[in-house]
Amino acid sequence: MLEPTTHPAARSFLFGRLTLDSLPFLQPDLEGRIVLVTFIAVCLGGLAILGLITKKRLWGYLWNEWFTSVDHKKLGIMYMILGTVMLLRGFADALMMRAQQAIAFGPNMGYLPPEHYDQIFTAHGSIMIFFVAMAYIVGLINYVMPLQIGSRDVAFPFLNNLSFWFTFWGAITFMVSLFVGSFSTAGWLGYPPVSELQQGPGVDYYIWGLQLSGVGTLLSGVNFVVTIIKMRAPGMTMMKMPVFTWTSLCTSGLIIATFPVLTATLFLLSLDRYIGTHFFTSDFGGNVMMYINLIWVWGHPEVYILILPIFGIYSEIVPTFSGKPLFGYSSMVYATCAIMILSYLVWLHHFFTMGSGADVNSFFSLTTMIISIPTGVKIFNWLFTMYRGRVQFTVPMLWTMGFLFTFTIGGMTGVMLSVAPADFLLHNSLFLIAHFHNVIIGGVVFGVFAGVNYWFPKAFGFKLDESWGRASFWFWQIGFWLAFGPLYIMGLMGVTRRLSHFDNPALQPYFIVAAVGAGLIALGIASFIIQIGVSILRRKQYAVGGDPWNGRTLEWATSSPPPAYNFAFVPNVHERDAWMDMKRHGYRRPLEGFNDIHMPSNTASGVIIGTLSFLCCFGLIWYIWWLAVASFVGVIVASIAHTFNYHRDYHIPKAEVDSFEHSGNWQDAAQGANA
Amino acid sequence: MTVKRLRGLLLLPLALLSGCHLALLDPAGDVARQQSDMMIVTTAIISLIVVPVLVAVGVIAWRYRASNKQAHYDAHWDHSPSLELLVWAAPLLIIIAVGAITWIGTHQLDPYRPLTRVAPGQPVAADVKPLEVDVVSLRWKWLFFYPQYGIATVNQLAAPVNRPIDFKLTGDAMMDAFSVPELAGMIYTMPGMQTVLHAVINKPGHYRGFSANYSGAGFTDMRFTFDGLSQQDFDQWIAKARAAGGTLDLQAYQKLRQPQRDVPASSFASFEPDLFTRILDRCIDASQTCMAEAMPAAAHGGEAMQDMSGTHGDHAAPTAAEKPASTQAAETH
Repeated sequence: MLEPTTHPAARSFLFGRLTLDSLPFLQPDLEGRIVLVTFIAVCLGGLAILGLITKKRLWGYLWNEWFTSVDHKKLGIMYMILGTVMLLRGFADALMMRAQQAIAFGPNMGYLPPEHYDQIFTAHGSIMIFFVAMAYIVGLINYVMPLQIGSRDVAFPFLNNLSFWFTFWGAITFMVSLFVGSFSTAGWLGYPPVSELQQGPGVDYYIWGLQLSGVGTLLSGVNFVVTIIKMRAPGMTMMKMPVFTWTSLCTSGLIIATFPVLTATLFLLSLDRYIGTHFFTSDFGGNVMMYINLIWVWGHPEVYILILPIFGIYSEIVPTFSGKPLFGYSSMVYATCAIMILSYLVWLHHFFTMGSGADVNSFFSLTTMIISIPTGVKIFNWLFTMYRGRVQFTVPMLWTMGFLFTFTIGGMTGVMLSVAPADFLLHNSLFLIAHFHNVIIGGVVFGVFAGVNYWFPKAFGFKLDESWGRASFWFWQIGFWLAFGPLYIMGLMGVTRRLSHFDNPALQPYFIVAAVGAGLIALGIASFIIQIGVSILRRKQYAVGGDPWNGRTLEWATSSPPPAYNFAFVPNVHERDAWMDMKRHGYRRPLEGFNDIHMPSNTASGVIIGTLSFLCCFGLIWYIWWLAVASFVGVIVASIAHTFNYHRDYHIPKAEVDSFEHSGNWQDAAQGANA
Repeated sequence: MTVKRLRGLLLLPLALLSGCHLALLDPAGDVARQQSDMMIVTTAIISLIVVPVLVAVGVIAWRYRASNKQAHYDAHWDHSPSLELLVWAAPLLIIIAVGAITWIGTHQLDPYRPLTRVAPGQPVAADVKPLEVDVVSLRWKWLFFYPQYGIATVNQLAAPVNRPIDFKLTGDAMMDAFSVPELAGMIYTMPGMQTVLHAVINKPGHYRGFSANYSGAGFTDMRFTFDGLSQQDFDQWIAKARAAGGTLDLQAYQKLRQPQRDVPASSFASFEPDLFTRILDRCIDASQTCMAEAMPAAAHGGEAMQDMSGTHGDHAAPTAAEKPASTQAAETH
């Protein structure tokens, strides 16, 4: 069952099971050629970027200002960049799947053999969840949450940097599998028996990439919870926190409770694969069902980890652009907490068809439906926030409107799936695929774009281009329905997921429409990138002050971009929507009486520990034991060495604070604007 | 009947849009039909809230657009106890309705529950013996045993219309899902575990069956045909399989279980009687101890387990796919 991939004799001490045969781009077949072209393109692109950085002498700048930075704002931006790069990778996978499914009918087998196709859907799912959605979520929380609570940084700034590097190297682990060896074919959750039986490094890439990023995410969760509990501005009681901060808190709580389950489950799977234990095997007492239960005990809360902060984003955007406070703040908070708790009680709805019996299925059916109550409450609250408001259809608001329509429909198909008897028909069909893309794209992705358009001016001091933003929105909106509408219909015909070839020619038109939809989404992504490029070029024209949207929460009280210390004086909070309250009471920003500000220092430890961890994982993936052991020892040594670093903080002199407070980009923020 | 009307309402636009048969909305088997009814009824109930919300989003956003200065603007209005009661109560009521239907339906349509009717208003006659089919998912093909007829088939399944079918299912190496959307909802097939499905086909016809759970490289081609036949055609079908000859013994099974893609349909006139049990008990290889034999040892070791082998599926309704073997016992061979 667990035979080694290559004959043990073919393994070397130096390279483990890594041989020249492991390099797919050296293979003479069609796939080899595809990978070779990609490889050359990546190499050339990479060299061009590295060359440019070297030529512009940016290495020192990048190292000092970004890589070693413990500033939550810079880490937030790095997460967003990582998320965008990985979005391109994950979306390339999506385009390849859509192309294969659009042509592989009857005698035409398409251009991807199953072994390759299976790697692509596995990579698409896991990359989109772990390195796109999660990176975006953690990035947005990192950037915005400390500003919203009037804090100068997160509770553990070094840990924040370390989290980023774990996530980064997790993503690199996935990317390396493109060119060295192969990737898992076991689907995004690595179900056994496929993940048990698949030989070669694919599943191991999956396991160790997720272990790295999982640790990073867990540390972020701890960091955010402590930050929100301990570091709020004076006067900001829990029930005066901005809703985005509330949702960040709930999401971080979910992360702390569930990511250890993921880590443990993948660890047991790796024990099965490495030393021949039988946790999830089919024989010798192993149990496949146990894996499926465990992975969903993490997996279901995970989707709420993604969506809760996004609900928070909408809860900031709707009031701002309706010129009104959020309707039913308390309802919103209680609904968020209810969702947090309930999300633990629904995991079995992912496998009603396993044969658990009617009582168990009914229970999980009902808990799943109950979640739709607080979610429905949220939709109503946004609706009533617009009611009696003055709704401005800016780009962030446009994304929010798109979300309200799309997500509500996705929620409805979700309730359909939660009805256990109906799920026996719909399970694993393209209907299911359409449903979860409906809620993840319509919810999470739209929310991320809404959030990026909303907070970009805060981070960079200029707004994003409106026309390209609208173009991106419409391409996504129409592309989404074209891509997934046909999947809903085919699901109702009973077509199942993960097929790489079809024998029923009647389905082809649907897949062609879906491929066209994916093409429109590609234009939407391109528009987003152009939007950012164009805005950078026109940054003078688009320049704004600290409070371009007439915002309500504290992040708009400081300069755009904010200084390293965020707030020269930590604000006192009296009401919800603290900044709106300050503006109403004619707040005047103090311009004298500054003190030195105590801040954490940059450190290289995060980069070092992250890199060594990656090397350890790479050694484990390829059975290069010396590398695994040496880098693991390295991780321990570097961690201990870090504890002897006594230069971990510094003071920003008050002269410097004084100078920034007189010169920063305040404008509208300083004036207390209009009320 | 209301469901009928709703189905018509749903089918008409979708069928125009699709031009294809939407199997899940108009299936040919009574079980699938009832599951489909559940889907349609619950969707209709949820629409009671979803449709007004969608309309309200559009209407309110448009009415209160910034350029419409006539609309009432209240910069401080942020709560209303009665409205908040409404926003919690409305979805709650909907969910109570859907939940009640689901609770009942989940029990009535539990795949482990023997059928009480073959069609609306047509209870199972007392003298009808259900057709027994034992199903094994292999890499990457389907094996069907017909213990009442002594034949076995690969990638082809047939049943007489209006006769209840009792499926017992397991897997050889991978986890698959036995799925014939026109017949009934799917059920997983897992190595060493037995699942159960009760179904009936009402309309004669030629239907698609496949694995609905990804199981590796040959998964795409893991298709079979399911024929709903008249009793006469079914008898002929059995006779044809018998006439074709061939015996599925251990040796033939060892060959059959080798991974293979896109396998054509075939049949065996007879099979080794305990083969399904041995597949389920994971003792096809002579070196393996059957789980049923290993079990008493485990029970002796202090583990109280009932229904050790999970093979005696004919008693009422086993509620879970039991995984009986224990490491300690299995390794004693």
